[in-house]
Order: sequence, then structure tokens, then C-alpha cells
Amino acid sequence: MKSLIAQSHSLSDPNVQIDVINNHNDKVKNLDKFEKKLDEIGLLPLKPTGIEIFQINVGYMCNMTCKHCHVDAGPDRKEIMTKETLQYCLDALKDSDIQTVDLTGGAPEMNPHFRWFVDEVSKLGKHIIVRSNLTILDTRKFEDLPQFMADRGVEITCSLPFYSKRRTDIQRGEGTYDKSMTVLKILNEIGYGKEETGLLLNLVYNPVGAFLPPDQESLKQDYKERLWNDHSIVFNDLFTITNLPISRYLHFLVMSGNLEEYMEKLITSFNPSAAMGVMCRNTISIGWDGSLYDCDFNQMLQMKTNHGAPDHIKNWNLKKLNSREIVVNQHCFGCTAGAGSSCGGAVT
Amino acid sequence: MEKTYYNPDDLKKFGNVGEFQKELADKFFDYYGTVFADSALSAREKSLIALAVAHAVQCPYCIDAYTEESLEKGYSEEQMMEAVHVATAIRGGASLVHGVQMMNKVDKLSM
Repeated sequence: MKSLIAQSHSLSDPNVQIDVINNHNDKVKNLDKFEKKLDEIGLLPLKPTGIEIFQINVGYMCNMTCKHCHVDAGPDRKEIMTKETLQYCLDALKDSDIQTVDLTGGAPEMNPHFRWFVDEVSKLGKHIIVRSNLTILDTRKFEDLPQFMADRGVEITCSLPFYSKRRTDIQRGEGTYDKSMTVLKILNEIGYGKEETGLLLNLVYNPVGAFLPPDQESLKQDYKERLWNDHSIVFNDLFTITNLPISRYLHFLVMSGNLEEYMEKLITSFNPSAAMGVMCRNTISIGWDGSLYDCDFNQMLQMKTNHGAPDHIKNWNLKKLNSREIVVNQHCFGCTAGAGSSCGGAVT
Repeated sequence: MEKTYYNPDDLKKFGNVGEFQKELADKFFDYYGTVFADSALSAREKSLIALAVAHAVQCPYCIDAYTEESLEKGYSEEQMMEAVHVATAIRGGASLVHGVQMMNKVDKLSM
């Protein structure tokens, strides 16, 4: 499957996406606006609580082309963060007390400077999270990475949209589930997911369709039971993540006729407590070209940090960024529905 | 007259039944909410029971609503279909068990 951008699909254009989630038809047009909901609970303008997580998207290249991917990542994407830009990130991190560096993509492992960068961040004493699709670690070129990451105490957060093969493969491609099980067993063998080692292995659930995630805690118990009983696999935590209506997931919503219902569901499920805890309040997202965003979703919609805050890593200024106004739009309802959603799962 | 008896959008209007008889509607929806709350059975378990019952009573609104609810409660396709089979088994069994009545009658009428 090609990425939307490689297909020259209109929905690969961020402006078209923003237009669709705002104006797809009269029904969508008349739905409550995110800014209005924030205003009603006194959260407008949305301000940071302080940046704690430095999330770097090191490139959109991926070995997979998942149906729901908000990045529109895939083997045909060539956007990769250069060593020079990674160095700017290191310079910003050196002078800050931000403790967590979160590496995402695409498949972050495919950035040619991945190992060097992990080493450098590790030397700074920061906690590193790598968001892995698992299957990349089942290839010869990357098979040594589990041990490499274990040696540096890297936390691995990986995608597993459901504990069943059927649903996982529908979303992520035939054979994904079996490969994922193979890699999870390898990770377990070197100590990942085992309480006594401190090597954190977390799984990410996201709905395979146009519905909201289940209760995180109860689903975690199901995952634990099923993965242990069926494969003798252990892991630390499960994060439930809501799909945001952008990129390939938006394409699915439009093509399946679910857009109106889904947007309506997100909006009627707006939870003020979840809005208080949205991840953009403690996260900064750095794009492959060094541009700064309030989150990875804004990055994909090319909505840079605004209102006078620096918008490129070259101009890093933590004080200014901590007092910025966060840029919002209708997709943000995905993070405030129900129990809320973030890269660390539910927020309430 | 509508071209079909069932319109998916009508489910959203369920609450409107109170316009013709508010007191009973209020009591029903209050009761409904209490029934589906976490209690001796979890809300999660109740959603799967509701899915099975929806099939037994063949209510298209309920099937739509509790299919989505079951997915959002984390049930797998296999679990949901097994719940439907429970409803089917009870419905089928309810017919078949009357075969005993038929056999009794045959006995009575036969030489």
C-alpha cells in the first residue's frame, strides 16, 4: 500500500484535512468547535503546564503502511531528520531540565543516526522512550537493536492494536501479529517487560475502527491474560490511544461514511478533566526538519507553534515555549474524549 | 409513511418518547441508567449481555448500540459472536424443547 502522499491523494494535504474535519458537510460544520468547549471550562487559550517531554519525530519513513497511521508513514516517505538537526535537539536538551526524550516516526529505528543519537541522549542522563512498531526489530539490519536499547535503559513503547491476530493484521497488515509476537518474546528474553530488570516494555492499543478505546485498566488485564496464556509474553503497561481524525484514519472515516458519527461521538464525549491533562501541555514535538509543534498530530497538520513562540529547534527557548498558546483545532477532540488520550494512554 | 420502519437516526431520538409521557419516560431512563451501571455485574459484562439480548429480541437499534458498546468495552469479535450464539441457542432450544410437548401429544393420540 502506498502512502496518501505517494498516491497524490487530496487528503495528504493538511489544509484539506483541516477543511474536512471542519466543513465536510452541514452536520459536521454545525458541530461544537474545540475552542468553544475550552472556553466554556476556562481553558482558552490553552497554555502549557511546563514541558517535560521532548518528543522528536526523526522521520516519516517506515517499513509498514498501517491503515490508521496519522503520519501517513511508509517505505515511500523520505523525510528523515539530519544529524545536524539532531545536534540542535541535543543542544536544546543539554541546557534544560527536561528529563524525557520520546523518539517517534515512522519507524524511528530507520533514521541512520538513530544509534548515535540514542547514545548521545543517554550520555546526558535523560530517560529515552522509543516508539517501535515491533516488526522493524524482526529484520536482520535491526535485530541487534533490542540489546542496544536494553544496554542504555531505553523504554520501548510499541504498537499492538489488539491481542488478537485478526484485528491486529486488519489494521497493520497481514503477518504483523505473528512478527510482533516473535519480537515481544525476544524483548522478554533480554529482560524487557520483567519487573525485576527495570526495562520497561509498554504496549499501545488503538481502536481498529470508528469507536473509542475501552477502559485502559480493564483492557490491560485482558491483554496480560491473553498474551501470557497464548504466548507466555509479559509487558509492563498498556496505553489506550484514541485515533484522531487526520491523515489515513481520516481517509478511512470519510471512505467508510463514519466521519460525522465519529466527530459527533468525540465531541459529545468531551471530558473537561481530560482537557486539563492533554499532552500538549507538557510536551513539545519536533518535526524531522526541526520545526516545533504542540504535538505530533499538529505536526502532521503542519500547525506549528504560534503566537510568538519559537517555531524551529534552532531558536529553542524553553521560557518562551513554556508560556506559549497551544494551537488547537477540531482534531483535538480526539484527546479529550472519554478518559482522554495521549502518547502515554488515558489521561484521567 | 416512511419507506422503511427502521431509521438509524431514530435511535438518537429515543429520549423524545418523553414528549408524550414524561413521567414514565423519566422513570424508564433512570431505571435504564441504573441497570447498566457497575454493580454486582460490571458495566462491561452487562454490555455483552445486552448484545445477546438485542439479538434475541431482534432490535436493530439495540444491535447497533451494543455492538459499538461491546467494542468500546474491549470485547473481541469472537467473544461478541459467542454471545450471539448464546442468544441463538436459547431461542433455538426454546423451540426444540416444545418438541417434548409434541411427543407427549403424539403419545396421547396414538394407539
